[in-house]
Amino acid sequence: MALQPMAATSAGRAEAPGHAREGGISNVILGMILFITSEVMFFAGLFAAYFNVRATAPGGWPPAEFVGKLHVFPLVGIATILLILSSVTCQMGVWGIRRGDHTALVRSIGITVVLGATFLVMQATDYLGLYGDGVRLDAGTFGTTYYTLTGFHGAHVLAGVLMLSVVLYRSMAGQFSKDHHDMVEAVSIYWHFVDVVWIVLFSTLYLIPNPA
Amino acid sequence: MATTALTPAYAGRRAGLYDWLTTTDHKKIGILYLLNSFVLFFVGGMFALVVRLELAQPGLQFLKESTYNQAFTIHASLMIFLFIIPILAGFGNYIVPLMIGAPDMAFPRINALSFWMLPLAALLMLSGFLTDGGAAAAGWTSYSPLAQAKYSGVGTDLWIVAVLLIGTSSILGAINFLVTIFKMRAPGMTMFRLPIMVWTMIVTSLLVLLATPVLASALIMLFIDRNYGGHFFDPATGGNAILWQNVFWFYSHPAVYIMILPAMGIISEVLPVFSRKPLFGYKAFIFATAGIGALGFSVWAHHMFTTGAVYLPFFSFMTFLIAIPTGVKMFNWIATLFRGQLTFSTPLLFALGFLTMFLIGGINGAFSAAVPVDFALHDTYWVVAHLHYVLFGGSVFGVFAGLYYWFPKMFGRMLNETLGKIHFVLMFIGFNLTFFPMHILGLEGMPRRIANYAPGQADWTALNLLATVGGFTIALSMLPFLWNVLVSLRSGPLAGDDPWEGNTLEWATSSPPPPYNFDRLPEIRSERPVFDVRHGTGKGGAH
Repeated sequence: MALQPMAATSAGRAEAPGHAREGGISNVILGMILFITSEVMFFAGLFAAYFNVRATAPGGWPPAEFVGKLHVFPLVGIATILLILSSVTCQMGVWGIRRGDHTALVRSIGITVVLGATFLVMQATDYLGLYGDGVRLDAGTFGTTYYTLTGFHGAHVLAGVLMLSVVLYRSMAGQFSKDHHDMVEAVSIYWHFVDVVWIVLFSTLYLIPNPA
Repeated sequence: MATTALTPAYAGRRAGLYDWLTTTDHKKIGILYLLNSFVLFFVGGMFALVVRLELAQPGLQFLKESTYNQAFTIHASLMIFLFIIPILAGFGNYIVPLMIGAPDMAFPRINALSFWMLPLAALLMLSGFLTDGGAAAAGWTSYSPLAQAKYSGVGTDLWIVAVLLIGTSSILGAINFLVTIFKMRAPGMTMFRLPIMVWTMIVTSLLVLLATPVLASALIMLFIDRNYGGHFFDPATGGNAILWQNVFWFYSHPAVYIMILPAMGIISEVLPVFSRKPLFGYKAFIFATAGIGALGFSVWAHHMFTTGAVYLPFFSFMTFLIAIPTGVKMFNWIATLFRGQLTFSTPLLFALGFLTMFLIGGINGAFSAAVPVDFALHDTYWVVAHLHYVLFGGSVFGVFAGLYYWFPKMFGRMLNETLGKIHFVLMFIGFNLTFFPMHILGLEGMPRRIANYAPGQADWTALNLLATVGGFTIALSMLPFLWNVLVSLRSGPLAGDDPWEGNTLEWATSSPPPPYNFDRLPEIRSERPVFDVRHGTGKGGAH
């Protein structure tokens, strides 16, 4: 078409300007990686606040009234394992579509969505228990930081589940192929990020011991 | 057939408006950014005039203290978040794809989304005036406990949500710029042939990407404190009020560079064109820009010297270090002008305004980098003078340089030179009248953000009156500017493709460019491809 931008490159090839096709990362995936960079800084801000509050808490951490209130089992530990598993299944979906295997893609992403949703349900159940136990959002800095950090992580899991659901829908509609599945790759990177944040968050909230 | 003959003119008009509301063309979005930013610049300017009017004489004449607090808070918030930051993103939007020879931004629909969040945010922020407690009044820095629910009303919540929206818009825009620049350059446009404007947008976008989310986290914590009984910034229950300052300035110091770097990019395009020379020290300039960006993350606590909660020698030293890359740039610009064939067109005048005023802003800023001096000057009018010399004398002069420079490209018509020069002279005089006396007021200890001052206090009355006269002179300078734009849009002389004999790719296409930007691109062998074509050297500039 006459209106299409054209330019003869020094290599003698006609090419639309701005669309250097020589390999490299796709726009969508680069965009997602940059977006995740900003997300890392967002969580860094929340973590900074948490560590600041924790380090300066007058009576040690956790404050006396919250000692022993957080439980790894039965809910949080299992939910953690499920979330890590979901990263694996998500990646199996990516490997599947890289081979052109649609069945593997649909199956793996389907399982990932279920695992992600289960994590959310378990987190909500855990919240209900904690609330009954007096760990509330307005209960001192302990409650505030706990719910802010886990709540924003949960919101990211929810966003991930929604994105994965779109991927699932589009996979079932046959919209991805071996050569065209940038969205699958991008969403999987996001999902791994959500997983990594949880591992750091879980370690920080549940595992790091308090200096005596 | 009758059905096809329906009022074509009307349909055309509606199609035009509909087209602007739904456009994903980076040039139209860029112009929308400029338009939205200028409207809010004038609104923010009105608030500044209200502040200056109140301060013209000692005593309270027009406002209550609480209203005064809202006026200066909304003035700063509009100018920073809804004028300077977005208008520079707007220039970037319009110019970056053209400069790198791309047909559009990488994510055109996200680009449209980034823009449309801004008018929404402005409405939210200003709607605070309709609430009982009035608009946000804790200053644009919203320190705790002043910004907590105990001391401020719903206006502050609206302010928080508005700034969050603006931040989201900035982050999405930054991702868009980076992907566009990294992935969509025309063949031959290597990284070290990118125009300086594009390089400043890269560094700015990285700063936005790394700093703005931290502000978002701070705002969310403040929102939780205010509305859900949180305790992040409440010392009474184990929180930490200084934490807010740390997290806020971790964003807001880089934000200063977000507001100045693209303006530096603009004048680095303008100075070479109107000196008929390549930019002196192209690579040094790029490394200096990157250096400013990197150092920008290590100086935030110089806003907090007087809290007693930061390690003074480190932050003082890092702050002084910033002067080095900035000094490099000053030499770049001056050496570019040196022995150039200067044409004193309006864009060059505004670029020179930037150069001189930003120099003053840099020097008076270095005073505050010295801890003992800062202890004396903190929260006085000295700081107000400093920040306006960088953000108004620097960024806003840069914005006008860019506007006069690219207006012919954007609209295909030249702006009137005489009106442009009147605008410049009035604004330059008004600017210095307003802000230079503030140095003296600051040295004499007049505190910022206070609606009133004692009548017999030294020469405060005279200096404040002078500043108010200056403020209205700046406002006056906007009249020839607006008249110029309105008249030139309709009947300015046609610009042609390349009215200034420019260097960069945007001058290789028509004015305004077609929706797809380029019919053909020249070969790109240097950072000045259009210069190369005009002079047939095939090689230009330093490498």
